[in-house]
Amino acid sequence: MSEIGERVKKIVVEHLGVEPEKVVDSASFIDDLGADSLDTVELVMAFEEEFGCEIPDDAAETILTVGDATKFLEKNAKS
Amino acid sequence: MFDLTGKTALVTGATGGIGGAIAQALHAQGATVAISGTRREVLDSFAAKLGERVHVLPCNLSSKDDVEALVPAAEAAMGQVDILIANAGITRDNLFVQLRDEDWDDVIAVNLTATFRLARAATKLMMRKRFGRIIAITSIVGVTGNPGQGNYTASKAGIIGLIKTLGAEYAKRGVTANCIAPGFIKTPMTDALNDKQRESILAKVPAARLGTPEDIAAAAVYLASNEAAYVTGQTIHVNGGMAMI
Repeated sequence: MSEIGERVKKIVVEHLGVEPEKVVDSASFIDDLGADSLDTVELVMAFEEEFGCEIPDDAAETILTVGDATKFLEKNAKS
Repeated sequence: MFDLTGKTALVTGATGGIGGAIAQALHAQGATVAISGTRREVLDSFAAKLGERVHVLPCNLSSKDDVEALVPAAEAAMGQVDILIANAGITRDNLFVQLRDEDWDDVIAVNLTATFRLARAATKLMMRKRFGRIIAITSIVGVTGNPGQGNYTASKAGIIGLIKTLGAEYAKRGVTANCIAPGFIKTPMTDALNDKQRESILAKVPAARLGTPEDIAAAAVYLASNEAAYVTGQTIHVNGGMAMI
């Protein structure tokens, strides 16, 4: 897993309180990790903070899985 | 009980009677306060009176840019916003059929839209910290209606609905949202009433006196405290029994 992937995973584990082994690229935040819509908003805010970038609403809507987040941040992360 | 040491509060309309009393009461309980209003000199002299743990943040709530800059400015000054007192409000009274569009728009912009924008920005900070207190000052007339105040009552009723939704969405994050609905309180706003108007109002108040800004401030201190953690989405009526809802 990439360095960014590891940081994404750490944030997801912390925010959703899930087992690290469940946080795989294909895991859906809502369907597999038990997030509600507010949790996903918080995750996006946490990603923005951690990676120093802005995630616009239309991009946030396409981030449904751990892999989606990692892919987006590998392209857009500033820190 | 109700110790606010280490907490940070942003109070809008702090140059008014009620906002000033709330800022003073939160400060007396140990909170750091950011006082906001349109009149810089009044804010400065109020800040001098309070002493330490005070920040002055002038803001015109009818300006979208001013409103959007206020919570970030409070965060920059205090490190966090734990408590938001959305108190500022204006009136543009007229009979309903004579109410002009601009009177409607101005009152909705300052009383309701600014409250929405401030609460949105503050909630984002609060949910991260898993603690927050949004306290909006509404009014008894937002619930009962009042001749001559179609715009004002609509704005105040709107705040009550907004606060209920906020309360429901963020309860799990340790953020509560509540309203205080003052009845007739002795402030410059009610000093403008003539004796006859005052008498006819007092006849409807079982407590047989006008409320004081301190009566409202006490409710704000409670709602801001850790002790009120299980109270959310509520409207606390502080009105001497004028309306029992």
